[in-house]
Amino acid sequence: MRFDRPSFGLKLAAIGGLAFLHLPILLIFLYAFTTEERTYAFPPPGLTTQWFAVAWNRADIWPPLYLSLRVAAISTALAMVLGTLVAGAMAQARFFGREQISLLIILPIALPGVITGMSLRSAFAIMEIPFSTWTIVLGHATFCIVIVYNNAVARLRRLSGAITEASADLGANAFQTFRHVLLPNLGSALLAGGMLAFALSFDEVIVTTFTAGQQSTLPIWMLNELVRPRQRPVTNVVAMVVFVVTFVPILLAYYLTRGGADTAGGGK
Amino acid sequence: MTSAVEFLNVSRHFGAVAAVDGVDLTIAEGSFFAMLGPSGSGKTTCLRLISGFEKPSGGEIRIFGAEVGRVPPHLRNVNTVFQDYALFPHMSVLDNVAYGLMVKGVGRRERLRRAEEMLALVKLEGYGARKPAQLSGGQRQRVALARALVNEPRVLLLDEPLGALDLKLREAMQDELKALQQRLGITFVFVTHDQHEALSMADTVAVFNQGKIAQVGRPTDVYARPRTRFVADFVGSSNVLEPAMTKALGGPEAWASLRPEAVRLVPWNKSDLRGSVTALRYLGSAMRVTVILPFGTLSVLVPAGMPMPQMGDSVGLILASNGLHVMEEA
Repeated sequence: MRFDRPSFGLKLAAIGGLAFLHLPILLIFLYAFTTEERTYAFPPPGLTTQWFAVAWNRADIWPPLYLSLRVAAISTALAMVLGTLVAGAMAQARFFGREQISLLIILPIALPGVITGMSLRSAFAIMEIPFSTWTIVLGHATFCIVIVYNNAVARLRRLSGAITEASADLGANAFQTFRHVLLPNLGSALLAGGMLAFALSFDEVIVTTFTAGQQSTLPIWMLNELVRPRQRPVTNVVAMVVFVVTFVPILLAYYLTRGGADTAGGGK
Repeated sequence: MTSAVEFLNVSRHFGAVAAVDGVDLTIAEGSFFAMLGPSGSGKTTCLRLISGFEKPSGGEIRIFGAEVGRVPPHLRNVNTVFQDYALFPHMSVLDNVAYGLMVKGVGRRERLRRAEEMLALVKLEGYGARKPAQLSGGQRQRVALARALVNEPRVLLLDEPLGALDLKLREAMQDELKALQQRLGITFVFVTHDQHEALSMADTVAVFNQGKIAQVGRPTDVYARPRTRFVADFVGSSNVLEPAMTKALGGPEAWASLRPEAVRLVPWNKSDLRGSVTALRYLGSAMRVTVILPFGTLSVLVPAGMPMPQMGDSVGLILASNGLHVMEEA
């Protein structure tokens, strides 16, 4: 089906929609430079870069930042190992209940974070596991695995099944086939999945609230900071950091999976 | 002479379907063996039973005398040229060819040297640095061949190796494969549904039908003396004659085959056997003429250059003296 050129009204509506979605992000950046520290008055009375220095010197920012980076790194690493293995099994094996298990793997990302958080919290309580960095990691890993799994399983399906047979035919054992044939073809998909997982974990709030105990990650620190009256622009400076840390990996992941098409189909 | 591959009453069931159904087979060492049959006849499953990607449901498979039923593919000294080549897309051509040596732990310098040799063997010198995606279909076919041969297999399996190539290239590759096999002396087992390919390349042909072997023999035997109606029809589109028709043509009352080229058309008054032309099919080097007789229809091949009949013409027919072949089985 073909469409004529969009009407002026439609264009305006589209631009309006995009502006509604993205202008507030620009406002966050703008208020990082405001001279007024108690309210977000518009327009800002003046511009300054002093809040970057203030943020840098505030000791209470660094522990949440380190914690967020550590949690994101560990849960991503965990997800990349487990997600790849599950994808390998699901892409090749045919067994009873395969579709159901596939659904169970994807479920954590479809479930509301509140549910995941509550169930994990009660599970930790029943097993008498004290809250720590590791409970946060476990919470984040549930949805990070899904991201990696989805990326890997899509790539594995595109790879022709014959190349793993060809590898075995030429004398490679299962490990050699994985190492020399599957992994190189999975590489960009895994990297993309890992970056998305990292970004998702880095700014996660809901599951973290239920599994963190007394520690706070960077997003939770920001949430607490917003209700305080002083040095508000510091939060905006931190928001910019969060934006960069999460947006850049997502952008990279997008380009990686897009470029992967010609490597995966090359054997045909 | 020892046999390279032996099947003793081998079956392979998929659920209720018997893809391979009690096959006995002997492939002589050094032979060029064709498995010919329509799709779904079990020929590819037989090939995969030899390579180890399928496990037999029953029976025994031997490769050079050793039972291999439970030996996994990577431990068998046979290699396969896959139907769609299955080259590794992320590796260069040279690394593709050297792969079999790499996984066996052959040193880098040695394996690359031998891979270069293999590329030279298939006339692809200088292509080592390219990626498979940068090659034509015929070149990929050669890479797949070199990659399988680098391991010096005692049996080389080829799964419809020429299926994806155009006619001209296919004919050239047929000659090359045949020459290569004679030079290397390795046993080649290849699967095809193209009877011309099987007849022109192989020194033994096994015709598959519904999971069973309908006939095994030299190409000339299978072509001239089909054992069953299926073989007569599938290998070279023979006329299959019912017992009554055989008798009417001067043979015994039994099922028989008659090659279209074993019948000659003459003016209608030069023979007692007469009919009229109901269909013509131009094949380039010949014309396939369908003639209706009082007791049935016959397909006749008239070589180009001979006088051609028209639709509806009355013609006389003369059978070659040894044209009628009585089949063992209906």
